[in-house]
Amino acid sequence: MGQTLAQKVYEQHVVRRTEGEPDLLYIDLHLVHEVTSPQAFDGLRAAGRTVRRPDLTMTTEDHNVPTTDLLSPIADPVSRAQVQALRDNTAEFGLRTAPMGDRDQGIVHVIGPQLGLTQPGMTIVCGDSHTSTHGAFGALAFGIGTSEVEHVLATQTLPQRPAQQMSVRVEGELPVGVSAKDVILAVIAEIGTGGGQGHVIEYRGSAIEGLSMESRMTICNMSIEAGARAGLIAPDQTTFDYLAGRRHAATGAEWDAAVAYWSTLRTDDDAVFDREVVIDAASLTPYVTWGTNPGQGLPIGASVPDPTQITDAGDRAAAESALAYMGLTAGTPLNEISVDTVFLGSCTNGRIEDLRVAAELLRGNHVAADTRMLVVPGSIGVKQQAEAEGLDAVFTDAGAEWRGAGCSMCLGMNPDQLAPGERSASTSNRNFQGRQGKGGRTHLVSPAVAAATAITGKLTAPADLAGASRPTAPTGAAV
Amino acid sequence: MDAFTTHTGTAAPLRRTNVDTDQIIPAEYLKRITRTGFEDGLFVAWRTNEPDFVLNKPEYAGASILVAGPDFGTGSSREHANWALLDGGFRVVVSARFADIFRNNSTKSGLLTVQLPAADVEALQDACEADPTLPVTVDLVAKEVRWADVAVPFEIDDYTRWRLLEGLDDVGLTERHLEDISAFEATRPAWLPRTLPVP
Ligand code: SF4
Repeated sequence: MGQTLAQKVYEQHVVRRTEGEPDLLYIDLHLVHEVTSPQAFDGLRAAGRTVRRPDLTMTTEDHNVPTTDLLSPIADPVSRAQVQALRDNTAEFGLRTAPMGDRDQGIVHVIGPQLGLTQPGMTIVCGDSHTSTHGAFGALAFGIGTSEVEHVLATQTLPQRPAQQMSVRVEGELPVGVSAKDVILAVIAEIGTGGGQGHVIEYRGSAIEGLSMESRMTICNMSIEAGARAGLIAPDQTTFDYLAGRRHAATGAEWDAAVAYWSTLRTDDDAVFDREVVIDAASLTPYVTWGTNPGQGLPIGASVPDPTQITDAGDRAAAESALAYMGLTAGTPLNEISVDTVFLGSCTNGRIEDLRVAAELLRGNHVAADTRMLVVPGSIGVKQQAEAEGLDAVFTDAGAEWRGAGCSMCLGMNPDQLAPGERSASTSNRNFQGRQGKGGRTHLVSPAVAAATAITGKLTAPADLAGASRPTAPTGAAV
Repeated sequence: MDAFTTHTGTAAPLRRTNVDTDQIIPAEYLKRITRTGFEDGLFVAWRTNEPDFVLNKPEYAGASILVAGPDFGTGSSREHANWALLDGGFRVVVSARFADIFRNNSTKSGLLTVQLPAADVEALQDACEADPTLPVTVDLVAKEVRWADVAVPFEIDDYTRWRLLEGLDDVGLTERHLEDISAFEATRPAWLPRTLPVP
């Protein structure tokens, strides 16, 4: 029987396999940020251990960093101490780091690909669940806890067991104005937040093959919201073109050897998946979440669902409490819901392509009077590229705020938070209660929907903008 | 990690599905750099805003077994969610389905996650609702949850069970295989990226 792509990458990294024990898996790249690492470094120190492979470890500051007033020290003393702990630890253990102000700084899942550290066929881990993002390159990439961070720092390996295999095939052509974010929100609405549990998801089909690397990252990013630890896409010419010339990509004969190997990384025709889901791309429309988990999403033309119509008792109770928390009434058309804040950013949608799509819609328009819009590039690299293209001016001319790079309002560990009761349309990945600030209400959307919503002040599909310039496929170099 | 063999305590029913890690402990509590002291963040929004929340009820104040709805621990990889439950006095979480990373973290932090069929989870919720002082035993040796005259078996792989019973640290176990790791490293292709030296 053939193997899936994920099985091939996994098998390639088995260091040791013994009956009755988990496999020992080698890790090619370990990404580290300030929130989930301090206790791991303490563990190393307490046991007198060192970092086995500093040259396979990359650290950065992203979750706590402010996006304004970038030149001053972080005002919140607890955030500052956490960032300082990472600086001290990287100095002590001899690790590469990208602190605030560094040209390589940014959200850990944005900088890995941008630097060319994320490559096909690799195993990549980080103490962060959205590590699944890197699967867009055909890497096996998954989030780990702090105890495992310590384990990888010490040994560059992890005890693992093979996952089950799931195929999500998206066939056909996406309608204009429908993006990767809408695809993944539709997938999660279809299979549920536990649908991918125990599985690695491979996204395939013609609609996926037609996506840019950035859109592929958006899809793989939210695999975790579907319950899967990892999601991946077979590498192809789009992948190779993205990587060629990046700072950490090989060159010359080594590049050729790498591409030759990468070209073998695809699921065998006779491989068997444990579960298969097929989605018709042409049937998709822009999606938005109405509830407090990412599976509670609907097309933007639909209405807030009526919990009494839900048969499963658990789902019904969850919908009732979600509507109460979100301050929504069953039957309200989703596109009549007003929002206070629009957040464009995060490791889901904080890359250059996302900013381009939103800027295109905002050009010559203005953010609605009672709405604020925050634009937070995913990394310094994205920020510089956007500024080189003049996108910052498009945003500020439209009345949006152009900020520094980081996680920002995705989780509100820095000062960018929603006030209690405040409602957002957010391009991030989690609409959990209080995620963007205590009492904050989050609707997850694509960058195009975010921009259209900013203009009207209500949840809006780009196609419904009066006199809308139709969103076009973005062009230009990727960052 | 503390060893886990068998635990008897009282149980609190958390009748909610999809309890995500942001509810177990919100991001603002993750700024600490210690490994303990997270109990003040445990379910803090629900404890603050909902007087009727189960853990606000005095009869469940001493509970050490949490019996939750399906899809417990979805969301972030924060092991702080495990630590907060441990710091809050819980040794065991019972649910019909756990998020993968939460469950995996629990095997490293010493919090036992027990997956039972949904009907058994509900029966246990009913039982500890009817009598909050009901003693419940989670027996990792026998792989069984017991209350009143009920005994429900649960599955756990032998290796993880052995590690939990012995309270063993994974790093120490892996260090027995450093030679295998070095041998593997010698076979890695030269074109694989390195973070150092900085290009
Ligand atoms: S942007 Fe949000 S989801 Fe992504 S790493 Fe940062 S906090 Fe996590």
